[in-house]
Amino acid sequence: MIGKSILRVTAKLLIPAIMLFGLYVQFHGDYGPGGGFQAGVIFAAAFIVYALLFGTHRARRAVSPGVIRFILAFGVLLYAGVGVFGILLGGNYLDYNVLGHDPVHGQHNGILLIEFGVGATVAAAMITIFLTFAGHDRPLEDD
Amino acid sequence: MIELIDMALLLIMVVTALGFVFIRNLFAIVMLSGIFSLTAAVLYVVMDAVDVAFTEAAVGAGIATVLGLVALSLTGKPDEAPSQRSHIGPFMVTLLTGAVLINATFDMPNYGDPEAPIHQHVAPRYIQQSGDEIGVPNIVTSVLASYRGYDTLGEVTVIFTAACGVLALLGRRRRLKAGDVAGNGAEADR
Repeated sequence: MIGKSILRVTAKLLIPAIMLFGLYVQFHGDYGPGGGFQAGVIFAAAFIVYALLFGTHRARRAVSPGVIRFILAFGVLLYAGVGVFGILLGGNYLDYNVLGHDPVHGQHNGILLIEFGVGATVAAAMITIFLTFAGHDRPLEDD
Repeated sequence: MIELIDMALLLIMVVTALGFVFIRNLFAIVMLSGIFSLTAAVLYVVMDAVDVAFTEAAVGAGIATVLGLVALSLTGKPDEAPSQRSHIGPFMVTLLTGAVLINATFDMPNYGDPEAPIHQHVAPRYIQQSGDEIGVPNIVTSVLASYRGYDTLGEVTVIFTAACGVLALLGRRRRLKAGDVAGNGAEADR
């Protein structure tokens, strides 16, 4: 445990930066490379770094598995819900043109929402898979 | 110059792939797979496919490597000694498949050829119209999220299903194991 103090201190500096970068990739996907998928993976990576260095118990205490499972389903439902919402507003399924006061704004709103859904589900899925793999109450690393 | 970079990257990938075959240490193989993905990501950057490179670096080199290490620590199986059986049959199948695949690449259009069918179908419409129709500077995003919205919904559903499958297969074992230890059940349910 003592041997990991350098890693832990470095991780504490890095994790907020990784999360911020994840959010940047999420909401900057319209303008540069990236989008919900990459952002979700990066966000999950921050969580996995924490779980690797501080143990899955503390990671579970930071975000409970119930919340993660809720986010997992919420992302897909948000994506599909945007499509249904488009139908209710008189468009086709996943037609974003009706989501704003003009088609281009509608497209922006739709893309922002569904990318957020993609990011939420991907991040939650990666965290779920990692925690389930690593969640057998013993230290992951063989030090 | 760019051909030189391509050659170097492809050479690294071939050497890494040979490493998969000859190295017996599973930890080293997981690390090699990370290196392989990272090299592929660099190759995608050279080909100007930054979005794909981004995904490859994050998923292939990042998450997949970590999951491989976790799976290794879960199974904890010592490295197996190579079996003494003859490998001529599988080797021939691999060789034949490789030859067929290489033969198929001769029918593919040259890289970057503007006359290639993939650049003639819907791509011109995306490039010319997406600025007015979607108004998003990154065309990749407008294709993925809007023009090809159904496909992306399908991808997200696949990822959702994968997580559900992992939970169904491995999630229960954890709960049962935690239930064996008295007083730990409430911890696991949270």
